Amino acid sequence: MATGKFNLRSLARGVLSIVVFLILWEIGSRSKHWLGADVFSPLREALGAMGFKKTYLPWIGAVPAPTEVLHAWRSIITDAGYWQSWYMSSFRVLAGFTAAMLIGIPFGLLLAVNRTAFGIGFPVFEVLRPIPPLAWVPASIIFWPTQEMSIAFVTFLGAFYTIVINVVGGAKSIDVRYFQAAQSMGSSKWDIFRRIILPGTLPSIVVGSAVGMGITWEVVVAAEMISGGGSQTGGTGGGGLGFFIWNSYVGGSYEQIVVGMISIGIAGFISSELLRTLGKYVTPWLRLR
Amino acid sequence: MSDATIPRPLVAPGEIAVSGVSKSYGTAHLRKEVVRECTFTIERGKLTVMIGPSGCGKSTLIRLLAGFEQPSTGTIRLDDEPISGPSRDRLVLFQETALFPWMTTYDNILYGPRARGELTPQVLEFAEFLLVKVGLQEFRGKYPTQLSGGMQRRAELARAMINNPKIMILDEPFRGLDAMTKELMWEYYSGLYEESGRTNFFVTTDIDEAVFLADRLLIMSNIPTQVHSVLEVDLPRPRKLGDMVSSDRANEIKTEALSILHGEAMKSFSRGSKAAADFVEAYAKRVVKA
Repeated sequence: MATGKFNLRSLARGVLSIVVFLILWEIGSRSKHWLGADVFSPLREALGAMGFKKTYLPWIGAVPAPTEVLHAWRSIITDAGYWQSWYMSSFRVLAGFTAAMLIGIPFGLLLAVNRTAFGIGFPVFEVLRPIPPLAWVPASIIFWPTQEMSIAFVTFLGAFYTIVINVVGGAKSIDVRYFQAAQSMGSSKWDIFRRIILPGTLPSIVVGSAVGMGITWEVVVAAEMISGGGSQTGGTGGGGLGFFIWNSYVGGSYEQIVVGMISIGIAGFISSELLRTLGKYVTPWLRLR
Repeated sequence: MSDATIPRPLVAPGEIAVSGVSKSYGTAHLRKEVVRECTFTIERGKLTVMIGPSGCGKSTLIRLLAGFEQPSTGTIRLDDEPISGPSRDRLVLFQETALFPWMTTYDNILYGPRARGELTPQVLEFAEFLLVKVGLQEFRGKYPTQLSGGMQRRAELARAMINNPKIMILDEPFRGLDAMTKELMWEYYSGLYEESGRTNFFVTTDIDEAVFLADRLLIMSNIPTQVHSVLEVDLPRPRKLGDMVSSDRANEIKTEALSILHGEAMKSFSRGSKAAADFVEAYAKRVVKA
């Protein structure tokens, strides 16, 4: 299809969007004013007149400029500790996410195909589901023998609920006529599971894991901040990106905070892209509409 | 195309006898009877068309014939064997496509034999034959969403035929196709039927479709569904679209069927059915034209 030109154009738009964002950020940060001039002064005055403290407005001047961030980044890009943070967070995400897939998909399928399992399993699941993963942090630190395991567990929870809900919903929404057709043509129960339920649920599994992956990154960073990154050794590395950010904040290195934030953005983006590619590969019938 | 050298498994057409079948849903005083005391025969090797106003419980009858549900009273027998559940002997083509979206045309067609572990060289050869027959040999690797509506219906016909059912049950299969494709599908499907000699049971709400296809026409009365009357459609085969338009006999049968249906629709109309109102209106226009 003639998407070459279109792709080029949308790529150009994407680059433009990021460049404009960076320029505005640079101007704001350097001039200490949003949009480079004190455009909000009337608003501030008005708020002040109404009795609000003038400092209530967010202050762009406190944010380090992109060039400074880049500079800070270049100085630590060769630092093993920084990459160790990447490695630790990625490892935790991968471990938690993989566990959530390995347990969540079969569990969801079981709930979907077996009425008894649904009756017994789903109420407990629904009671536990609204508890945010981060609320589990203290309990899991007590519950698990090592801090590493407790972080992985919280990460697991982040993806688990989303994956299970999607699997159950996906499997239950498969058109009843597919089952009837398969049954009429002589399918066994196992055959129906393997060739109807599994592929029929696959698109929901893909969606569930993409959403779950996003939550996993959110959760791992927060868990690392709260638990102190699981590194008793101290130093720069070992704590993961969440701890890296927290450490930078405590150490007063604001440029590094932003470096950490952007690193997580990049890591999350890479994970979603990988999942999207994999998802397209396992559901070839969906990309051909 | 039906070359004698191509090994085609023998088709043993079946005959279905429906006797005194009723079907109700709900319990106690909320009970609603959808099918009442239906008795009819789907004759061996013939194409029986059932026509009735929409929402008259035809789809319920189909679920009973297919064995997805059991009748409340009465029996359904295929060649004197009572029907107890779904079976490859009675395959259903649903209103909208029920091709598995995650399988290619070829895999969809081979679904039945693969499920039963019957992927013999003869079956594969038969699959090739059917692909040519339904004109989809170029589209064997395509997924259902990549096929047009007419192609999907043909793929589904092939998916059913490879199982050599004793009877094919079609539930308004051409609904939703555009008028042109629909008429082409009549001629095409009619040709397939004439060639196979299989027992076919075809449900529709379209009178032109019914008369074009049928050997026997079952006209149903409205809820609860009952057989109102049976018309023998003694039109010559093979049937062609051009012949049907100019055939006086076809028009006679059509008018007869319409007047019965009109009477039924009037009954529903007086009970406030929108579908019936539409039908009565369409009928009035038609009679004026004729």
